[in-house]
Amino acid sequence: MDAQTQHLDTLKDIKKMMERSSRFISLSGLSGIAAGCCALVGAWFAYGIIHGSGGKDAYNSLMVSDVALPIHVGTTLKDYMGNALFRIAFFTFISAFVLAFIFTYIRSKKNHTPIWTSTSKRLLINVCVPLIAGGFYLLKLVENGAYGLIAPGCLIFYGLALINGSKYTLGEIKYLGYGQVLLGVINLLFIGQGLYFWALGFGVLHIVYGAIMWWKYEKVR
Amino acid sequence: MKNPIEHLNKVFESRVRLGIMSALMVNEEVNFNELKELIQVTDGNLASHLKGLEESAYIKVHKGFIGRKTNTTYSITKAGEKAFKLHIEALEQMIKFTK
Repeated sequence: MDAQTQHLDTLKDIKKMMERSSRFISLSGLSGIAAGCCALVGAWFAYGIIHGSGGKDAYNSLMVSDVALPIHVGTTLKDYMGNALFRIAFFTFISAFVLAFIFTYIRSKKNHTPIWTSTSKRLLINVCVPLIAGGFYLLKLVENGAYGLIAPGCLIFYGLALINGSKYTLGEIKYLGYGQVLLGVINLLFIGQGLYFWALGFGVLHIVYGAIMWWKYEKVR
Repeated sequence: MKNPIEHLNKVFESRVRLGIMSALMVNEEVNFNELKELIQVTDGNLASHLKGLEESAYIKVHKGFIGRKTNTTYSITKAGEKAFKLHIEALEQMIKFTK
């Protein structure tokens, strides 16, 4: 090995070590694909409910809001928990999270990097802060009956959370974040079409992002 | 012509030391076990390299406790940061130089 390649390797080692020690790199592309599929299935169920219960009846709420929630403004949070759409949202989130975790766990085992380190903790904190703040804000919107703002709100807060977390994992995730924010903002111009934007953002974008990441980092060559 | 080799720092010649410095450049502080996992070396090997870097005043040691267990963390000093940057620049120069 000549001196040049030796120095080049040293520089590569340094770069690798800096990344390994500051970023959580085990996030799997398959996690993104799985989460995207869950979102699409969830959106499909939600679509069925909205078009089953809404339709032409008095709510006619697709004009003013996204969903024909069979509850009135001012009911307590407890009432929402029993609502079919909330149950769908809840199960979609749980299944997406569990599947995403499993694929990332498998990848971390393959990489021989532990999953619970200071880098993964930092990633989690930086993603969760905007996400939880956004969650409270959205619950308040629901309480006030502003259903049309829920989907854009989800997209915008989730996108910002990803951008915030991108410093602590594979940097490409910030493009997914920009995409979500952009969709959320566009959705604000088309209130009432939230479910489509939601499916596009959480479903299609996740799958595209996951496939690209898998292709780039995990494909067995 | 200036010889770039003069900037290559002898202190950073081992893989373990490069690993330690790289990790400390991008993290405020890193503890012993995390370094061990990152660089994949034995306790003794890592400890002796850490000692060497500490003696050159490139890193600082903080001894603390988590409960009853000792938790020793390391951070980079201003001098260490400067020396490591110079070392990287020298490496880059070497690559250009030999092209």
